[in-house]
Amino acid sequence: MTAMNAQLVLIVAAILFILGLFGVLTRKNVIFMLLSIEIMLNAAGLAFIAAGARWGQPDGQIMFLFILAMTASEVSVGLALVLQIQHQHKTLDVGKLTQLRDEAVAD
Amino acid sequence: MNLLFYISSAIAIIATFMVITRYHPIHALLYLVASFLSVAMIFLSLGAPFIAALEVIIYAGAIMVLFIFVVMMLNLGDDTAKQEKQWLTAKVWLGPSVLVVILLGELIWLILKGNPSSVEISVVDARKVSAALYGKYVVAVEMIGFLLMAGIVGAAHIGKHHRKLTHRFLAEPQNGNGADAIQEIQKEPLETVN
Repeated sequence: MTAMNAQLVLIVAAILFILGLFGVLTRKNVIFMLLSIEIMLNAAGLAFIAAGARWGQPDGQIMFLFILAMTASEVSVGLALVLQIQHQHKTLDVGKLTQLRDEAVAD
Repeated sequence: MNLLFYISSAIAIIATFMVITRYHPIHALLYLVASFLSVAMIFLSLGAPFIAALEVIIYAGAIMVLFIFVVMMLNLGDDTAKQEKQWLTAKVWLGPSVLVVILLGELIWLILKGNPSSVEISVVDARKVSAALYGKYVVAVEMIGFLLMAGIVGAAHIGKHHRKLTHRFLAEPQNGNGADAIQEIQKEPLETVN
């Protein structure tokens, strides 16, 4: 694998990461924010795989495995939080979850 | 490698762009599955077939199905059947299907080409990965085990529904919104027995 190919893969990973970042910043629904975080983690894993393939070492793939396990646990906790938010507030809009806001600042 | 990689990354970028612009979660999930499958094809063209299989099985299989289950649980309303009917129109599944069919064409072409090493790249196979994983990374594997355990316990604890009981002396006339959390005392059902 040449250096130019690795550069191309890194560019694709950067584009995917930026798309995920825009998703987190622009969407208000909690489920869409979780999906965008998934996209960002996947793009980071793609960069790891590209680096591992560039030097022919298995370390990049091992880092991807760790990212995979971390993503699985993060998704399970995040979806449990989504269920609790829906159950207690009857909404998934993060703009409406204002219980932590300071009242003096809010008014 | 080049053509496969270009087509796969184009599909990945298109599908990811469609994910962050959809309004309905199910549409976004379908496009996200297509995006993960195309990223798996990128992994295959980079010489990581084991990771490509894991991407399909765990990301596109397990995690996305978990998302779909939660979306289905949240939408348990009165008009569920109408929504189901609405989701099964061709407009919903046509876009992801076209992207995935292009990926399937790539895969069939790769298989029909015969020689698996025709990807013209040095394949880091599962043997090397597992030798390193249980060699010098064995401590990290155990810590990932702890992390998964903490994830299970955290999800089971957060997902538990506490019943909100209002004490009869503190009971107020219904003010409608039900968000008056100060007046409500959270108690486990066992504690009320004692």
